[in-house]
Amino acid sequence: MFEFIENVARYPFLQHAVAAGLLASVACGVVGTYVVVRRITYIAGGIAHCVLGGIGIARYLNIEHGWTWLTPLGGATVAAIIAALLIGWVSLRAKEREDTIISALYAVGMATGVLFIQITTGMATDLQSYLFGNILLVTPQQIWMIGVLNAVIVGAGLLFYKQLLAVCFDEEFARLRGVPVELFYLLLLCLAALTVVLLSSVVGIILVIALLSLPAAVAGFFCRSLWQMMISATLLCTLFVIGGLWTGYSLNLLAGPTIIVWAGGSYLLVTAARAAGRLRRA
Amino acid sequence: MRRWFSHTSAAPPGCVEGTAAGGRRPRAVATVGLATGAEHPREAPLSIHDMTVAYQQRPVLWDVDYDAPEGSLVGIVGPNGAGKSTLLKAVLDLVPKASGRVMFYGQPYRRQRALVGYVPQRESIDWDFPVSALDVVLMGRYGRIGWFRPVTRAHRLAALDALARVGLADLARRQISQLSGGQQQRVFLARALAQEARVYLMDEPLASVDATTERTIIAILRELRDEGRTVLVVHHDLQTVPEYFDHVLLLNTRVVAHGPTARTFTAENLRKTYGGRLTLLEEAAHALAQRGGGAPA
Ligand SMILES: Nc1ncnc2c1ncn2[C@@H]1O[C@H](COP(=O)(O)OP(=O)(O)OP(=O)(O)O)[C@@H](O)[C@H]1O
Ligand SMILES: [Mg+2]
Repeated sequence: MFEFIENVARYPFLQHAVAAGLLASVACGVVGTYVVVRRITYIAGGIAHCVLGGIGIARYLNIEHGWTWLTPLGGATVAAIIAALLIGWVSLRAKEREDTIISALYAVGMATGVLFIQITTGMATDLQSYLFGNILLVTPQQIWMIGVLNAVIVGAGLLFYKQLLAVCFDEEFARLRGVPVELFYLLLLCLAALTVVLLSSVVGIILVIALLSLPAAVAGFFCRSLWQMMISATLLCTLFVIGGLWTGYSLNLLAGPTIIVWAGGSYLLVTAARAAGRLRRA
Repeated sequence: MRRWFSHTSAAPPGCVEGTAAGGRRPRAVATVGLATGAEHPREAPLSIHDMTVAYQQRPVLWDVDYDAPEGSLVGIVGPNGAGKSTLLKAVLDLVPKASGRVMFYGQPYRRQRALVGYVPQRESIDWDFPVSALDVVLMGRYGRIGWFRPVTRAHRLAALDALARVGLADLARRQISQLSGGQQQRVFLARALAQEARVYLMDEPLASVDATTERTIIAILRELRDEGRTVLVVHHDLQTVPEYFDHVLLLNTRVVAHGPTARTFTAENLRKTYGGRLTLLEEAAHALAQRGGGAPA
């Protein structure tokens, strides 16, 4: 651990990775909590896979057509928001079709991404880092974008705390109090989409859903209120990211999957500890 | 019935809206013996005029006309599936009305939200949600606090006060999943109390509570009435109706009778409410079908 800290102090690329991880953790804690308590992780999963389509198209336009202003992160953001609104619209208007639409988006998003990556010169090698994360390759410019996204997400998530709590906990009650329930549901999906984009720059789009939901799920075991859960989830996410970076770096493993193993391991541990506790009490 | 009910309440956002847009609505109906607007005192706490509600074209409430007297404790009584829960939901714009008009103190609900409190049936809640009893009760004050203002000490005290009133002061910090069914029920009553509404609509607040809790809740309902508020309560136990309520609304798809309990809660009216259920429904379905397909009036 000590050696890792020394290296962080020495190498800017590790500092960037840590900074990106810390920023992403805050969004993860706030939005992950809403997503877990409202039980919509499967929707966030669908959005995550559409992100690859956005990345592929953005890179294609960027390299083949010289749209230099269009970054993969920008493409990912646009694709995620479109996917969120599309799924949200379907789930509000035709709930019985929701799972079909989400499954279709999963596949179509991935397929689009892979096709555009195939026809874009020199991009195939990047595929792995989009799928499984490239936190060690984060540039200072990307950190800026991550910071802005983070401010938007956390700002909205906290500003609308009461409305989102009411909508997540008791939708009927929120409606009676005059909260535009549909609007806030869509807002929640958009926040989830932006968080997915943020986290996917840390662990990649395949693994992002675990990082979005596991810290909040672990926090949910011992928190009695939503804001406690948000703070705990943020701290847990930080722990997983730093822990994953450290073990990954020390053992020369990919950072993204290592972070997820930390998160999954902790979740299993807490679940097992609780089960054991319940057995002993019984 | 319960299953239908929980299905509606657990439905995702927009589902109710979806049926509203998709379902065919009968035109506004004019009936024989039509109650004109003039018969409704303008300032009645709750005034329902000619309201019909249908789920997928099957009428559940038919031509309901009712004015709640100010400062009264009203029992809404009828068999399972009579449309009692639907009545409350339609009045609160939670399910669409096929026709009719509902006013609270002369204004539609959307203008009077702050004045109207609602205690739902218990099913609709995700009990694993990480909120404490106090958090839930505080939600009752959201309208007063303001959506973008922090919760102040005064509001917290008001919420604690409401919890104390239902006898749960000690459990304020407890997560709702760790409360018993009767305690959960009382938390939702406390949320409504914390709202300080003038009209209360409660859907079976006395279901599944023990005798002591029932007495506590009834005492609270009486206090509310004595403060001049109007309280409408869906109630199942016919034995206790005369003791608890000054007014009753006997409902079975239609309003069978309403008025002061002593005069209205008679064997004859009860027989009509509980005995003739099928015939009433069929009559209504038949009439609705005719109107839906008939020539424009
Ligand atoms: N979402 C729905 N879709 C279709 N039918 C419904 C729906 N909700 C209720 N119903 C039907 O409407 C009728 C009235 O239901 P409601 O829940 O209002 O009855 P209730 O008087 O509250 O009954 P209970 O005493 O069982 O609570 C029932 O026949 C029920 O089957
Ligand atoms: Mg009911």
